[in-house]
Amino acid sequence: MFIIIAIILGVISLVGGYIALTNPKLSVGIIATGIVSLVASILFLLLAAPDVAMTEAAIGSGLTTVIFFYVLNKIRQGNA
Amino acid sequence: MLKKILILFLLAGVGLIFFDLFQSYQSASELTTTAKYYADNGAKEVGAANLVSAIVVTYRGLDTLGEVSILFVTAAIISFVLKHKPEEEDKNRVIKPASEILNTATVFLTPVMIMVGIYIFINGHLTPGGGFQGGAVIASAVLLIFLANPKFHLNHSIIAFVESISGVAFVVVGALGLIMAGGFLDNRILGLGEFGTLFSAGALPIIYIFIGLKVGAELSNIVGILAQEQNIKN
Repeated sequence: MFIIIAIILGVISLVGGYIALTNPKLSVGIIATGIVSLVASILFLLLAAPDVAMTEAAIGSGLTTVIFFYVLNKIRQGNA
Repeated sequence: MLKKILILFLLAGVGLIFFDLFQSYQSASELTTTAKYYADNGAKEVGAANLVSAIVVTYRGLDTLGEVSILFVTAAIISFVLKHKPEEEDKNRVIKPASEILNTATVFLTPVMIMVGIYIFINGHLTPGGGFQGGAVIASAVLLIFLANPKFHLNHSIIAFVESISGVAFVVVGALGLIMAGGFLDNRILGLGEFGTLFSAGALPIIYIFIGLKVGAELSNIVGILAQEQNIKN
């Protein structure tokens, strides 16, 4: 059972990484990296590392995603 | 054409290196010497129910000090690069009001998130998590406030006060370990207490509270600076 969930999560994470690299829209790429972090945090939880999962969920998929969006917004205004 | 062949060769070479690593990998049937020492003596020596915290704060406490310093330098650089005068702020910037869902969620969730963050770092020696995790959760709460209300003004003097006081206190508690116990960041300057209760593991919870406050203040500061940067006139 664990193997199946892990494989599904791994595939989601690979697809997210591919979208993040190839999608021409930067906002889609940022959301894809957020999804990769979220999936990684679930995997950490399944691998019995709840403290790492907490950090990954809060920093990886929460703070980093929004900080990327702030920076993207600033770049779009032409004042990078 | 040549470029593609070179890329293929490079990929094959990297694959060969990793295949070798993969082939030679054997899952260990027992802990290494250091890990065995921690597992055998950690609970007895440190008195923390959460062994990860015992390692992070006492055995490897110096590394934690390094991580906190790196985070501090990062926050300092971001506030240095993005500093601006208050009059540069665009007072007339039109912002679409946040949606009803986000506003309501912010009102209800922010206090709960801050409380969960504080819970995580106060109970760092008993349950999974600790100063870094608690601080990150608190910073997420601050981020939620900024998402709902982009014109929110974070009080930087309070942030700076909390951040510097907790940073100094962390080092002072560590140095007290040098004087009163076995070494830097030794937690036995206070009694170990009863194993598994809130007031146990000596100075470990105190150190984690300071780390949590410091990390929370620094990450909130980074988020706050980047959010306020959005209000600057071009």
